[in-house]
Amino acid sequence: MAPDMLISLLWKALLQTAHMVFVSGIVGTLIGLPIGVFLATSNRGELFPAPTLNKVVGAIVNATRSTPFIILVVAIIPFTRMIAGTSIGTTAAIVPLTIATIPFIARLIESSIREVDRGLIEAARAMGATPIQIVSKVLLPEALPSIVLALTLTLVSLVGYSAMVGAVGGGGLGDLGIRYGYQRFMPEVMLAVVVVLIVVVQAIQSAGDMLARRFDKRTRKN
Amino acid sequence: MNRVDTHQSPAAVPMVTFEDVTKRFGGTGNQPAFTALDGVDLVVPRGAISGIIGRSGAGKSTLIRLVNGLEKATSGRVVVDGVEVGGLPETGLRDLRRQVGMIFQHFNLLSSRTAFDNVALPLEIAGMDRKAIRDRVAPLLELVGLGDKSGRYPAELSGGQKQRIGIARALATEPKLLLSDEATSALDPETTQSILELLKTINRDLGLTVLLITHEMEVVKTIASQVAVIDKGKIVENGRTFDIFTAPKHETTQSLLSAAIGAKLPEWIRPEPKTEPAPGDRALVRLIFFGETAFQPLTARLVAEIGPDVNILAGAIDEIAGEPYGSLVVSYPADPDTLQRASRFYQQTGLTTEVLGYGA
Repeated sequence: MAPDMLISLLWKALLQTAHMVFVSGIVGTLIGLPIGVFLATSNRGELFPAPTLNKVVGAIVNATRSTPFIILVVAIIPFTRMIAGTSIGTTAAIVPLTIATIPFIARLIESSIREVDRGLIEAARAMGATPIQIVSKVLLPEALPSIVLALTLTLVSLVGYSAMVGAVGGGGLGDLGIRYGYQRFMPEVMLAVVVVLIVVVQAIQSAGDMLARRFDKRTRKN
Repeated sequence: MNRVDTHQSPAAVPMVTFEDVTKRFGGTGNQPAFTALDGVDLVVPRGAISGIIGRSGAGKSTLIRLVNGLEKATSGRVVVDGVEVGGLPETGLRDLRRQVGMIFQHFNLLSSRTAFDNVALPLEIAGMDRKAIRDRVAPLLELVGLGDKSGRYPAELSGGQKQRIGIARALATEPKLLLSDEATSALDPETTQSILELLKTINRDLGLTVLLITHEMEVVKTIASQVAVIDKGKIVENGRTFDIFTAPKHETTQSLLSAAIGAKLPEWIRPEPKTEPAPGDRALVRLIFFGETAFQPLTARLVAEIGPDVNILAGAIDEIAGEPYGSLVVSYPADPDTLQRASRFYQQTGLTTEVLGYGA
């Protein structure tokens, strides 16, 4: 394949991947974050005790996470059509990606928040803080470095998931690799796709690590 | 040497009252309930520093958490400044907590906030505006001696400095009561002393009532004027620190105390002294000095009275709740003549003594 053509294909695919990853990452965070906070604070004796609802939400989260992504993509096609107006294309692919991301983020946020020292919750209660204040002024700020790393992990996983949505015409880097590199026997395209993916994942991880380090005041820095 | 309480009239209501308070944990399903507190009656006087001492698991943490409603009593009443804590709704409880500061063994500072912002946290929670917070926090950091550490994060501070920030934070809402939950247990002895001095200063200058729990006799001895001893969920002894320390009645108090004030017999006094003297035996006697007797040269006079054969075996001179206290273990011949002269001498001088036994 001519280099300029390869570059143009790669660029287009990269933009599609970026589009899918970031939109589903952002929407997934907006919905997954509160669910994660809820899961981390709603057991018996916690800030918002609702043990039954906690178990129900936990079960739904587990069910979604145990469904293989490619099956999820196909299974929710009617829902996708309802949301996106179509079941094929990049925009349509964002729907299953988001659905798969929400429970992933929720569990990661839950564990980030559970890592916060219980003593801080007690101290905040002793100051007369409301449960909402404890979440906003103590739990989220203290868990921030860990949350940033969790979101980084989510974005990296989304890059991987997005390779599968070629099945519904989602496009993107993974799809380019399968269609050109594998199905048309063009190893140079496959190689190029893999190299670009490695660079993308490295960039996301480094940016995430840097941000997390900046927010992390738990260790002394000189 | 009676001190006049300058903060409050004696008629003032107590700061905290526990009335027949019981607290049980668990007991749902087929698990038996654990009784952490069992019929506790206790009065915490206003304006003083009061200590509650006990071993771990004795129930003292539960007791202090009942005061600001972090735990709820199973039965009985906890009254703080005239308000019954158990009867308060959640909003009333939050108002109460803003009037009661608390400091912790592990400081519980937010790692993501600077010293300044940690002290500001209770004020933000109370809804104070940014400018008023600044005006309040800066002098508090000065008060605890950390005016120059305002922008430092907890990870950059030593244990003692972290506890100072914890104290400033607890004082931010200008509470009338400060609860201290083993606040010095994670600190080295020197730092412990400096934190205790700070608490003493705050108590004196701000007239703040302090209720502290600890397992360290040293802490109580240094700053508490009142002490209650708790064991297995019950208050076993309670009164002025000096009285409890100089004449401990309960076994738990005695064992907690023995190490702290040199009251324990030295290991090398073996075998165990007998209760009746045999011919040629020596009497082992503990002389206790406090109040008037602490300032007199009584040991020299004892020697003058009963002869030079007086051995000093062990002793400690110390200060308990600001009053001098000495304990001296001596031995002298247990012949009837010497014993009689010694006991006459003790009667004349009013020296408190305890015959530990007789031995060779």
